[in-house]
Amino acid sequence: MKKIGKNSIQFSKVYMSETATIVGPLERSGPLGNFFDYAYDDLYCEEDSWEKAEQRLVKDAISLVMTKSFKNDKDIDYVIAGDLINQDVISNYVMRDFRIPLFGIYGACSTSVEGLILGSSLIEGEIGSNIIVSTSSHNSTAERQFRNPTEYGGQKPDTATFTVTGAGACLLTNNETKIKVESATVGTVIDGKQKDANDMGSAMAPAAAETIKQHMEDLNRTPDYYDMIVTGDLSKVGKPILIDILKDNEVDISNNHTDCGILIYDSEKQPVFAGGSGCACCAVVSFGYLVSLLNNNLINKILIIATGALMNPIMMFQKETIPSIAHAISLEKI
Amino acid sequence: MIINYDKSIKKNAWKPKYLRNSIRAFVSGGSICLFGQILLKLYELAGFEKEETGSLMIVTLILIASLLTGIGVFDKIGQWAGAGSLVPVTGFANSMTSAALEYKKEGLVLGVATNLFKLAGAVITFGVVSAYILGMLRYLIENFVL
Repeated sequence: MKKIGKNSIQFSKVYMSETATIVGPLERSGPLGNFFDYAYDDLYCEEDSWEKAEQRLVKDAISLVMTKSFKNDKDIDYVIAGDLINQDVISNYVMRDFRIPLFGIYGACSTSVEGLILGSSLIEGEIGSNIIVSTSSHNSTAERQFRNPTEYGGQKPDTATFTVTGAGACLLTNNETKIKVESATVGTVIDGKQKDANDMGSAMAPAAAETIKQHMEDLNRTPDYYDMIVTGDLSKVGKPILIDILKDNEVDISNNHTDCGILIYDSEKQPVFAGGSGCACCAVVSFGYLVSLLNNNLINKILIIATGALMNPIMMFQKETIPSIAHAISLEKI
Repeated sequence: MIINYDKSIKKNAWKPKYLRNSIRAFVSGGSICLFGQILLKLYELAGFEKEETGSLMIVTLILIASLLTGIGVFDKIGQWAGAGSLVPVTGFANSMTSAALEYKKEGLVLGVATNLFKLAGAVITFGVVSAYILGMLRYLIENFVL
């Protein structure tokens, strides 16, 4: 392992093995529905509270990764898990049922890639050889914590995003697989001075721009090195802002950029405003759809940038701005 | 390090659809009020006193809004209608019913009772405060000025 440039890491022996994605009904009926392993028909996921429903998603995802890779608790060195709910309770409560050491992390919707970077670093440093990274979000747990009761009839603006219900997990390993974790760039906290919690695309685009620019500088690359550059949940609002900021800084990603929040839903037909968001958005799209593109030789090199808005309702009520972070990871087909 | 994001954010900002929202609010809010007026007349025809019909109409609207909230329809109406369904008594009913539903799992006292006014509380607070101020003014004017 070596640190390269200011904020980046280059890996030499980290691979992505099995992945698992569990989603809710709206994600299933979206354009990527067939790429997910399992979908529940309703948001309660056969449980009696939203929080238990989200735990169910996470437990399913972690269990499925272990089943797919023929591993049990003692084969996994660590789980690195995070979600959006206060004190990371979803991941923490799920891990009561496993005998695996846990790192609980929080990076809002950037958690999935943050976990991948930490897991890859542990493997590269030979501190573990099989590590599961898991992230989740649930539309209703997020709504009640960050916004209003789920059945509240207030109008949301078109710039709002729709929290993805789902959980994604993947196994990182030092045994060679088809997908190599090649490099990563750790994000810095960026404040674009936005205050509207119903417009997180505008708040997070500056962070994504910073991380992409830093990644290209650190690794001495241009955007056309990658077949795809995919951001986490900038939505239809944040995508043009990101492209614009980068264009002003002589980095042109307009040809190969797309966004998980735009991919996961059909915003013409589904009531999702500007697109999807939430920890699960980047996780299920990456572990379900993007990994399958790599595995099926449709693309060879991809840069995934998970974006997180780091506010909570208290800071919003106190009229604070929304700081954001974006972490990037580069995956390559071997 | 990029310093200036403002230009790109402003350039690509989405404009709120004020005209569309205003028309929808006018139509939906007006329809709710018209429906209330029809209810008033119906209760009057049914033989209730004029003083009672107002309360009956309001109670009926609250019942309908709460039922629609419970079956998961009101939030969809609210998204379309905006202020049209939020401003009349229906919005108040929805804010309380939705909070009650949301916090059911946390129990009757610490869940439902504590959070029932989570959204409607501000309305109650300002209602009580303004009633107090106006009441005091009226008392002072009636007793000391007139």
